[in-house]
Amino acid sequence: MIRFILSKLLYLVPTFLGITLIAFSFVRILPGDPVLLMAGERGISPERHAELSAQLGFDRPLWVQYFDFLGRLFHGDLGNSLVTKKPVMAEFLTLFPATVELGLVAILIATLIGVPVGVLAAIKRGSWFDQVSMTAALVGFSMPIFWWGLLLIIFFSGILGWTPVSGRISLVYFFPDVTGFMLIDSLISGQKGAFGSALSHLILPSVVLATIPLAVIARQTRSAMLEVMGEDYVRTARAKGMPPSRVIGVHALRNAMIPVITTIGLQIGVLMAGAILTETIFSWPGIGKWMIDSISRRDYPVVQSGLLLIAGLVMLVNLLVDLTYGLINPRIRHK
Amino acid sequence: MKMLSRILIAASALAMTTAMPALAKTFVYCSEASPEGFDPAPYTAGGTFDASAHPIYNRLVEFKKGTTEVEPALAESWEVSPDGLEYTFKLRQGVKFHSNEKFTPSRDFNADDVIFSYQRQASADHPWNQYIAGITYEYYNSMEMPSLIKDIVKVDDYTVKFVLTRPEAPFLANIAMPFASIVSAEYADMLDKAGTKEDLNNAPIGTGPFKFVAYQKDAVIRYAKNADYWGPAPKIDDLVFAITPDAAVRLQKLKAGECQLMPYPAPADIAAIKEDPNLKMDEQAGLNVGYLAYNTTQAPFDNPKVRKALNMALNKQAIIDAVFQGAGQVAKNPIPPTMWSYNDAIADDVYDPVAAKAALEAEGVKDLSMKIWAMPVQRPYMPNAKRAAELMQEDFAKVGVKVEIVSYEWGEYLDKSMEPGRDGAVILGWTGDNGDPDNFMGVLLSCASAQPGGANRAFWCNQEFSDILSKAKQTSDVAERTKLYEQAQVIFKDQAPWATLDHSTQYVPMAKNVTGFVMSPLGDFTFDTVDVTE
Repeated sequence: MIRFILSKLLYLVPTFLGITLIAFSFVRILPGDPVLLMAGERGISPERHAELSAQLGFDRPLWVQYFDFLGRLFHGDLGNSLVTKKPVMAEFLTLFPATVELGLVAILIATLIGVPVGVLAAIKRGSWFDQVSMTAALVGFSMPIFWWGLLLIIFFSGILGWTPVSGRISLVYFFPDVTGFMLIDSLISGQKGAFGSALSHLILPSVVLATIPLAVIARQTRSAMLEVMGEDYVRTARAKGMPPSRVIGVHALRNAMIPVITTIGLQIGVLMAGAILTETIFSWPGIGKWMIDSISRRDYPVVQSGLLLIAGLVMLVNLLVDLTYGLINPRIRHK
Repeated sequence: MKMLSRILIAASALAMTTAMPALAKTFVYCSEASPEGFDPAPYTAGGTFDASAHPIYNRLVEFKKGTTEVEPALAESWEVSPDGLEYTFKLRQGVKFHSNEKFTPSRDFNADDVIFSYQRQASADHPWNQYIAGITYEYYNSMEMPSLIKDIVKVDDYTVKFVLTRPEAPFLANIAMPFASIVSAEYADMLDKAGTKEDLNNAPIGTGPFKFVAYQKDAVIRYAKNADYWGPAPKIDDLVFAITPDAAVRLQKLKAGECQLMPYPAPADIAAIKEDPNLKMDEQAGLNVGYLAYNTTQAPFDNPKVRKALNMALNKQAIIDAVFQGAGQVAKNPIPPTMWSYNDAIADDVYDPVAAKAALEAEGVKDLSMKIWAMPVQRPYMPNAKRAAELMQEDFAKVGVKVEIVSYEWGEYLDKSMEPGRDGAVILGWTGDNGDPDNFMGVLLSCASAQPGGANRAFWCNQEFSDILSKAKQTSDVAERTKLYEQAQVIFKDQAPWATLDHSTQYVPMAKNVTGFVMSPLGDFTFDTVDVTE
């Protein structure tokens, strides 16, 4: 198992280096110069422009800037934001828990609903449940997040008044960040009602964020189940007179889970993309909104280091997914 | 679904019944953008100033609420030498700086704070100039302070003298701007000793009506009333900014009572807000102008008669109706009508396609095709440049001018539109910084601003016009300046380097029970006079 983990880790090194190059080039390929954007409609004299570019190090050849970026990276320095002038790492750590909290709840919703729905649709293939749930999944998958989020806000917060409109917790609660996870911090704070408020603020954004992964997971579970249920060993199990619940729960589901776990792992990337829009609509102070703001201001250090951190995270999750295969299917880890 | 709705109800009921502990009077503002930081000097965004300069700090002089008139603030009075080169400020005594967990001021505000606040921006050698690596002072620079201020002299603890290199009438208005906020020199000393200089930006100490309490990045800023404020005490105890970037969500929050006031409603929502019985809305003409700048260095646009003819072909009212949905007015001058020296005697070009076509033909212009540049972003002076460009395209087609609409990414747009060989006319605009006419005409239309790095996108250099501006800038007599600027506007209209398009209307929706909010012509949001009634 250790060799298996090590071999997987080894793959990460070139991938990571590749990502540094992509992250570095991505913001620079976009047209637009951060110094000009800072000056806005007023304009900036060529001398002042040169002075500022030099101060920020943008006057150096690109490859020098890239190796400088890499060099600092190995010393754990991700640079400072051009806009706030604060260290990128500090900003990331402040905002990251909010995104994780939202993402975890979303993936939890997507999995807890998606897998059973997929299994049920597969068992009752062709039934009204199958048709309705798979059509709903298709609709969910095609849902424009921005519109969907606004719709939910208008209906549940505006018309029904059941949920708060946006934010992470009601403004009447004020306590210091301990973990950065609002659900935990609100409990630690001991303030009455804080946890309930934090929970109610999580409902709409996590439902919105869960929508696309939920649809994908449900469809993937259904097709994986259908495939497995056609296998010889399932037929054999049935023929032996094994109770259907055991056939489905043990023989079929366990094997169908491999592609499903892959799908769930891949959804982490999808979640990050969804977080960008979801966080903007729900004024959720996470890294998705942070990236969008930084891209529009061409805040090079934040975009390149932020992308790197996010990509690193997705890689880590995929590694965990790979390791989980090993747990579920011993053949994979012995290959 | 039943299960889901049960969870929803349970969670929200839990939140509602247990929330709302006894509270001091709190006012929540659904702000639009996160502040870049809390030291106003290095930043340029209006949202940053609303969160820093206005609640936390004061300046020597400030804009009187709801106007662009300069009034005494931390300076009680001032004298200008006859040659206009020396400004001597008498400072207000007994003004207390805020305190926080780590800092309690041992002395009142005095001349040292003034000198510290300016010198750190003025001199690259100042120990606080680079207190955060890579920091720059763009407003200080762009208002030409480095070349204008020769020296700042401490006459005594409560008297400061600014020595200028040239007479500059807008000087007082310039130093009423946020970048000139006064920070505490004593606090800076303490931070220096503690090795936490960056706290000048993170844990700000000022003299303003509200004390900074806490900032949760991209989410919430909290302030508390400054009980020792030298001016009229704020009526609310706690001020909270709930950062909400999306206009539709801001409106939902306002309707749900999660905040009491919001900036920048979407134009499409204006009508609905007006009808909402729980809301009210202030409105005011914005201190801005939207324009179409011709490249006056290229034929046939170097001919004022051609430019005037094109201006006559534009149906500007149709643009106001379509793009602003009525929330704006047609512009005839380069400065907005709320600004002093606005020349209302000037008549706008009358929309007349037939006459326009004839005028173009008289100038020998036939089969003209041109480009119109449409900005990719929304601005208060131009919420939808693409739509405006399409309307102009139709108008110009009626007089036989073919238009191709082009656009670029915003940074590139700003850059390329200043290239002297630019092909086409550019849609752009301006929002005033300080209410001085020179901040419009000087910045956008003078010969100096037609140089690289300027903002004169018509590349229009009319010596007579520029001379009048220079003269007006050196006189502090407002009546005389008014006359000069009125004259300048006549030349502008006659020469038509731009098609002046619009001045937009600014709206501020708020809850019915909000009182005392005063809209600022400069677009600032200040809450020291705001109150909420039950």
